[in-house]
Amino acid sequence: MITNLLRAERIKLFSTRAPWWCLALAFAAPLGFTALFFALAGPEIPPTVGNTQLASGNGRTVLVVLAILATASEFNWGTMRLTFQAVPGRVPALLAKVVVIGAVGAGLGLLVGFGSWGLATLVNPDADLALHSGAEWRSVLGQSLVFLLAAVAGVGVALLLRSVAFALTAVLVWTQVLEGVVVFIPGAGKHIYQWMPFHAADQFVGAGGFGGGALQLPPAPLGPWGYLGYFAAICVALFVAGVLVTARRDA
Amino acid sequence: MIEANALTKRYGATTAVTELTFTARSGRVTGFLGPNGAGKSTTMRLILGLDSPDAGTALVDGVPYRQLEDPLRTVGAMLDATWRHPGRSGRDHLRWLAATNGLPDKRVDEVLALVGLTSAAGRRAGQYSLGMLQRLGIACTLLGDPRVLLFDEPVNGLDPEGMAWIRQLLHTLAAEGRTVFVSSHLLPEMAQTAQDLVVIGRGRLIYQGTMDDFVAQTSEHGVRVRTPHTDELRAALTGQAEFTEDGGAFVVSGLDSDRIGQLAFDAGATLHELSPITGSLEQAYLDLTRDAVEFAMPAASPSEATR
Repeated sequence: MITNLLRAERIKLFSTRAPWWCLALAFAAPLGFTALFFALAGPEIPPTVGNTQLASGNGRTVLVVLAILATASEFNWGTMRLTFQAVPGRVPALLAKVVVIGAVGAGLGLLVGFGSWGLATLVNPDADLALHSGAEWRSVLGQSLVFLLAAVAGVGVALLLRSVAFALTAVLVWTQVLEGVVVFIPGAGKHIYQWMPFHAADQFVGAGGFGGGALQLPPAPLGPWGYLGYFAAICVALFVAGVLVTARRDA
Repeated sequence: MIEANALTKRYGATTAVTELTFTARSGRVTGFLGPNGAGKSTTMRLILGLDSPDAGTALVDGVPYRQLEDPLRTVGAMLDATWRHPGRSGRDHLRWLAATNGLPDKRVDEVLALVGLTSAAGRRAGQYSLGMLQRLGIACTLLGDPRVLLFDEPVNGLDPEGMAWIRQLLHTLAAEGRTVFVSSHLLPEMAQTAQDLVVIGRGRLIYQGTMDDFVAQTSEHGVRVRTPHTDELRAALTGQAEFTEDGGAFVVSGLDSDRIGQLAFDAGATLHELSPITGSLEQAYLDLTRDAVEFAMPAASPSEATR
């Protein structure tokens, strides 16, 4: 039964244009910025493996947009009700959706992680960007996990808000504005910033070093794997809350 | 078969459906009739498990909808023909829906042919006309070859040709032994389509029975009688029936024309006219649901208009 639902969600996702555009943008934007950084930046961005992932956040945000479009638009167009007519238990259909979108996210993360790193080595062949250590592998390979979890969070927010406009506004204001300005709260701001979910994701892949020095952040409260667990907990909690709400309320 | 048992549904302070009980039998087209806002769509959502009732149950072939395994194989329902992504082709729309219940793509092509959408199947559904959307919605209901079918206002916005097509389809489906439950706020449409009738108003049952009984029961509005012997007839009718009098003409209700003729003969009143008044079916329906219209129209009044 679950294979039927996975197939249905796969057909849904790839039979409209928006996901394709989102995927193209989510792949091209981080690679483009990475190439610019490594070609043009001075000593403020040293050519390290971690810094090849500095622009991955752009792709991650576009992926969240994709997850929201694919989920919340179903409420807008009424196809979610058709889905629940076909799958009255609801939860299996929502699980199938998050598996499909999460898998797309994981694949995209792999492409963005290795693509950014590979492009950086091409643009800046003199730098030593070989993957020597576990930390360096985590920077590149870890994007897959981060993107998967970001997609799960996007589906969760869409299920909670049930509207493309609300969900996109919430997520874009959060990622593009709120996470950043928290730092400027006097006193506690820098400590709060260290608990922001996407900052946590950046810490896991070692891409947080960009602003870290300039902002003079206190020592990180968690290690990379701790940060991954923290980010995962938030993303999964959003999805579970979205499923619980959607399964119970009138469609 | 569809059975609703004392269904009640509240949305906040408004009660959409109140202790609604009815049955739709297999092999029949059952019309589900009521003014706008009477609770027809709510009732259908309750039957399909999209909304949860506050009290009562709805059973489809004896089972609550939410307990059906692969429900598209048992129940096909079109609540709103516009439920589709405008950027997705009609064929892909049917493909994902079929996939949820393990139905093959071959079946998608079959139902597309059945509703006459084969040539438009690759076009994006956002470009479909309302008539084409209705056909797509009906194709969705037929995917699983279900024994029970529900349609919410399927002829809304259709041209006469489309209406005739849907009417024919509903008759064919019922003749194959399926349960066909179709809502409308238009009685004339139903009169040509349905064999059985469930009429609701303000969320309550007003009538359940056959269309023929409904017509017989509601279409006779009295008997018109004319006589030169008004005093004799008045005396004979008093206590026997309700009547109104206008010059030499009476309108009698509560007695059929046979009995009135006999009474007049016994009283020695010569009759110049004795004719049953048959009101239109539409009038009967309006009379039945007048008190149940959600937003009553104020009576047109010239003095109101000039104020």
